[in-house]
Amino acid sequence: MRFMIIVKATKDSEAGLMPSTELLAAMGAYNEELVKAGIMLAGDGLHPSTKGARIRFDGEKRAVVDGPFAETKELIAGFWIWQCKSWDEAIEWVKRCPNPMTGPSEIEIRQIFEAEDFGAEFTPELRAQEERVWAEAKKNAG
Amino acid sequence: MRFMVMVKATTDSEAGAQPTQELLDAMMAYNEELVKAGIMKGGDGLQPSSKGARVQFDGAKRSVVDGPFAETKELVAGFWLWECKSLDEAIAWVKRCPNPMPGPSEIEIRPLYELADFGEIVTPETAATWDRLKTEIGDKS
Amino acid sequence: MSASDAHRAIETVFRIEAPKLIGGLVRLTRDIGRAEELAQDALVAALAQWPQDGVPRNPGAWLMQAAKHRAIDALRRDKLLQRKHEELGHDSETDALAMPDLDAALDDEVGDDLLRLIFIACHPVLSTEARLALTLRLLGGLTTEEIARAFLVPEPTMAQRLVRAKKALADARVPFEVPHGVELAQRLASVLEVVYLIFNEGYAATAGHDWVRPALCEEAMRLGRILAERAPLEPEVHGLVALMELQASRLRARLGPDGEPILLLDQNRARWDQLLIGRGLKALERAQRLAGAAPGPYLLQAALAACHARARTAEETDWRRIAALYAVLAAINPSPIVELNRAVAVSMAEGPAAGLVLVEALADEPALRGYHLLPSVHGDLLAKLGRHGEAAAAFDRAASLTRNAKERALLEERAATARGAAATG
Repeated sequence: MRFMIIVKATKDSEAGLMPSTELLAAMGAYNEELVKAGIMLAGDGLHPSTKGARIRFDGEKRAVVDGPFAETKELIAGFWIWQCKSWDEAIEWVKRCPNPMTGPSEIEIRQIFEAEDFGAEFTPELRAQEERVWAEAKKNAG
Repeated sequence: MRFMVMVKATTDSEAGAQPTQELLDAMMAYNEELVKAGIMKGGDGLQPSSKGARVQFDGAKRSVVDGPFAETKELVAGFWLWECKSLDEAIAWVKRCPNPMPGPSEIEIRPLYELADFGEIVTPETAATWDRLKTEIGDKS
Repeated sequence: MSASDAHRAIETVFRIEAPKLIGGLVRLTRDIGRAEELAQDALVAALAQWPQDGVPRNPGAWLMQAAKHRAIDALRRDKLLQRKHEELGHDSETDALAMPDLDAALDDEVGDDLLRLIFIACHPVLSTEARLALTLRLLGGLTTEEIARAFLVPEPTMAQRLVRAKKALADARVPFEVPHGVELAQRLASVLEVVYLIFNEGYAATAGHDWVRPALCEEAMRLGRILAERAPLEPEVHGLVALMELQASRLRARLGPDGEPILLLDQNRARWDQLLIGRGLKALERAQRLAGAAPGPYLLQAALAACHARARTAEETDWRRIAALYAVLAAINPSPIVELNRAVAVSMAEGPAAGLVLVEALADEPALRGYHLLPSVHGDLLAKLGRHGEAAAAFDRAASLTRNAKERALLEERAATARGAAATG
């Protein structure tokens, strides 16, 4: 299962306040754990919404609105994409995160839609090793 | 520059309404364009917030709150990661997107931090760690 | 939080910590079966204590401590028993067993218990099947039932297999260490093979269709990523990670709306997972940097997969480069299958006639007897050359050989098309 882990913005993050050296180091260590556990697929921090833009769609109309945006608590300040075995595992890993902000903060966990399409790909391309080891496996089966 | 491009949720997406075949086809064609232009670095749809959770941090406390969440218009329903030359280029690409929802909708574009943006506060050790992690998760740094 | 929620949360923590915990306990007890029992005991202790006291700040250390106490208690019991036996004049094989200083052993510089555990689970004294099962059990945390389902064997059979594997390791007195030098290369090859077999078991879906199988792909990729962190200087580890990420990037595009397989060249590339492609290309770069002028088989296969991933349309595929890479692969790892793949690439680069020469040279290859892709490629090239009657016969043969129902349907359809073309000639 894949999850998007969303770090919500705070006044500080929207003000472009830089994290302390300690927090940055703690986050670095936490990220390292995620990578070592093999679950982290991507992760990044976002600039404050001051540097962002929104495009409103209405029928054929497209209107561009420049940031900053007002609803601070609902904005995104950073995100990860994780591959976990279960919801519980994703929640457990979030709990292990250092508080990403100076004050109270919130992280949202959302499951990513997956097309569970795992069929057989009908082409000899790239099946070389597989077939060779299959033969090995059958030979060794006993 | 790398950008996160977010499709905002609507009452439809939060209700788990399926997009029409027509919209799916239009989206697929649009994605194909993004891939051919070489700007697409990833993208996915998110399940409605009723299937989500939030963890609230307060000092050492961690409390879990289950979805759904009320502020529909501010939730994310899907996202892309793009590599573009500028915010203007990203805006131009978003304008070409088919309206992702049946009614009025909104897409938000946010530039991502690069390590260089952290400037002074990064110790060499932290910089090295981040650099290595970036390499390992396959991001440009 | 209800009691059942608390239990679930604790079991989740345990699953995350278990491989490291078991690794540490194997170092202590030199016995995988024993280590697993002790880890389970620690879980039971956690289930009793954590709901009241909350989850400790360092759950891994807590579990290790709990398991260690039980190990010490058991050893003391053994000593007492032994003394009783001696008093009764019994012979005892455990005479030599001194009470080891477990605390000291545990506080030693541990190095990498997890890496050691991977090497022991993939030890060459075990059959390939046993290695797969043990790796999924110890490192993937899959239940015996899940592993049995994934490999389509009855659960008791799988349970037996696991028991025998642990016994084989104990009997062989396999040292619990990360091998060095020449042995490292051989042992690493065995580990990589196990990981890739797990991946392919999920990817190929050679029989049946089950939710467990995609999970195998994910598990193999996770193991590969973990391995890349633990053995960061091994080019083939990164090569394998790259290969898996790149192959998995196409999973979403491999099936049509009715579950029919879609050929790589016909796949909609907008459905390829760009995130995984980016990761795969990055891992490939790392592998190439480390390998220099001596690329290994996983790296080469990843480079092949990258040729497809980089092509934004099927027409842009660099078939010359693919044919060249297969030639290098054939030189270091000669196999009829590689040769067959090279034939496909050559036919794409230079035309079907050039490919046909290579395919027909493989006709009497005993290793490919019964391999459906040989007649299927043969049929494809014959059809492209307008030899439809022969093509139909080749497709018929391929259809009779495949293990996969959907592939069979596709091949039968191609045979019928070729027969039609032959009839209207």
